[in-house]
Amino acid sequence: MNRMALADHPKIWPQNEAVSSEEFSSQGLPIRLEGVSKYFGKRQVLLPFDLKIPAGQFVAVIGRSGCGKTTLLRLIAGLERASSGSVFVGEIRVAGLQRPVRMLFQDARLLNWQSVLSNVGIARGRGWQERALKALREVNLFDRAQDWPSVLSGGQKQRVSLARALVSEPDILLLDEPFGALDALTRLEMHELLTRIWLENRFTTVLITHDVSEAVALADRVIVLRDGGIALDIPINLPRSSRALGDAATGRLQAEILRHV
Amino acid sequence: MWHSRLQRVSDIAQRWILPLAILVIWELAARSGWLNQRLLPAPSAVAIAFWRSLSDGSLAANTLISTERALKGMLIGGSIGFGLGILNGLWRPAERLLDSSLQMLRNVPHLAIIPLVILWFGIAEEAKVFLVAIGVLFPIYLNTYHGVRNVDPGLIEMGRVYGLSRLALFTRVILPGAMPSILIGVRYALGIMWLTLIVAETISASSGIGYMTMNAREFLQTDIVLLGIIVYALLGKLADTLTRWLEQYALAWHPNYQKPEAIS
Repeated sequence: MNRMALADHPKIWPQNEAVSSEEFSSQGLPIRLEGVSKYFGKRQVLLPFDLKIPAGQFVAVIGRSGCGKTTLLRLIAGLERASSGSVFVGEIRVAGLQRPVRMLFQDARLLNWQSVLSNVGIARGRGWQERALKALREVNLFDRAQDWPSVLSGGQKQRVSLARALVSEPDILLLDEPFGALDALTRLEMHELLTRIWLENRFTTVLITHDVSEAVALADRVIVLRDGGIALDIPINLPRSSRALGDAATGRLQAEILRHV
Repeated sequence: MWHSRLQRVSDIAQRWILPLAILVIWELAARSGWLNQRLLPAPSAVAIAFWRSLSDGSLAANTLISTERALKGMLIGGSIGFGLGILNGLWRPAERLLDSSLQMLRNVPHLAIIPLVILWFGIAEEAKVFLVAIGVLFPIYLNTYHGVRNVDPGLIEMGRVYGLSRLALFTRVILPGAMPSILIGVRYALGIMWLTLIVAETISASSGIGYMTMNAREFLQTDIVLLGIIVYALLGKLADTLTRWLEQYALAWHPNYQKPEAIS
């Protein structure tokens, strides 16, 4: 089952590359993992595996807790080193933190002692205030720029952290279950917002989630991680507008994915 | 607007009712002869003593020299404690080398080294400043170290992902994150600062509030002794108020320090 990944799905690659050359004229970067494995001490979290994510693709990674999905994300971000194999972002082999990569965490991780604006513009640099305000407008929080983060709701905090990632115009956006702690309605709002921003910017996106409906609603492609390997790698070819709850094709896909989790 | 002003006046009044009542009862007790004026003079006598020592300049001179000693000791001891706290908080090898020794020294009551300090410095200025510095060093060290250690590692990781330099990581993430704890240390140190100074000046000094009170005791000027105690109380209160302002300024972001109407 672990080896199933790319070999058993020969159709995926041509399909996705066709999509990426037609639709995605993005500034996104491709991600490539070659024979990557990871263990902590004696515990093997990821068995050696290969994975290619073309530029501009939106991939959702699903799995039970402890299946290594967060580790996969941290390997791409350069926060962890692979025990074997190599991770490439664009043509560059990852050996530490990557400038074009930005990450959203499970908790918003805002600096409570800085205003929302300063949080968004955390990397500073020339004209950071204008860029931060622009990013805040993108996430509809323009009027909260001068507030302290502690007065914001959970959803607003995650929107601030999304704006913070957008400021630096990332080529790759990594999302580590950022909506897990939000209530259902706020989560739907965040899905809409993220989809809109992704359609505008087309950065390569990897979303970690344990929510199958979230994965199907947002992604071009869903990967199921199980027992340290890829159990399923499936494209989502439905138009984004028709992925509403209760849609038959969407439901079938969700059921198919759930079988492999 | 009018309502909130009234609210504030009543808040202030509530704080002062008890001390004022004690003063009135005390004055009445002294005047009626129920209290021995030698042992505890009336508030009015203390007020007269205050006026006398103010007009001959001795009160101002003594207060000034005491404050100067306190601040010098605070500055020296506080800087060392802060520096060590940051160093040990950020850098494991330093922590392994220094922390257990500091924890051991911390458990020695710093006033126990007074005989040694007198041997080293006599009753010169350095003796008092040294004692104050030793006294404030540990609370500031401990709270700075603790504050740095307890900064959320998630925030530090976030800072690294977003490309902050080491300096920016320190000034924008670690230091502000440790600030609430550091300020608790400062507040605690201020109390120790006055306490140490009083003891040091009482034992060995030729100027300062402590000297003034000990000198007055020899001449049975109880009113001056009381005056000295009151000056200490006021200086302590002043220091506390200053830290409160500092906290309100430095921790304006913290929900616990926000004024209720500022929370939306």
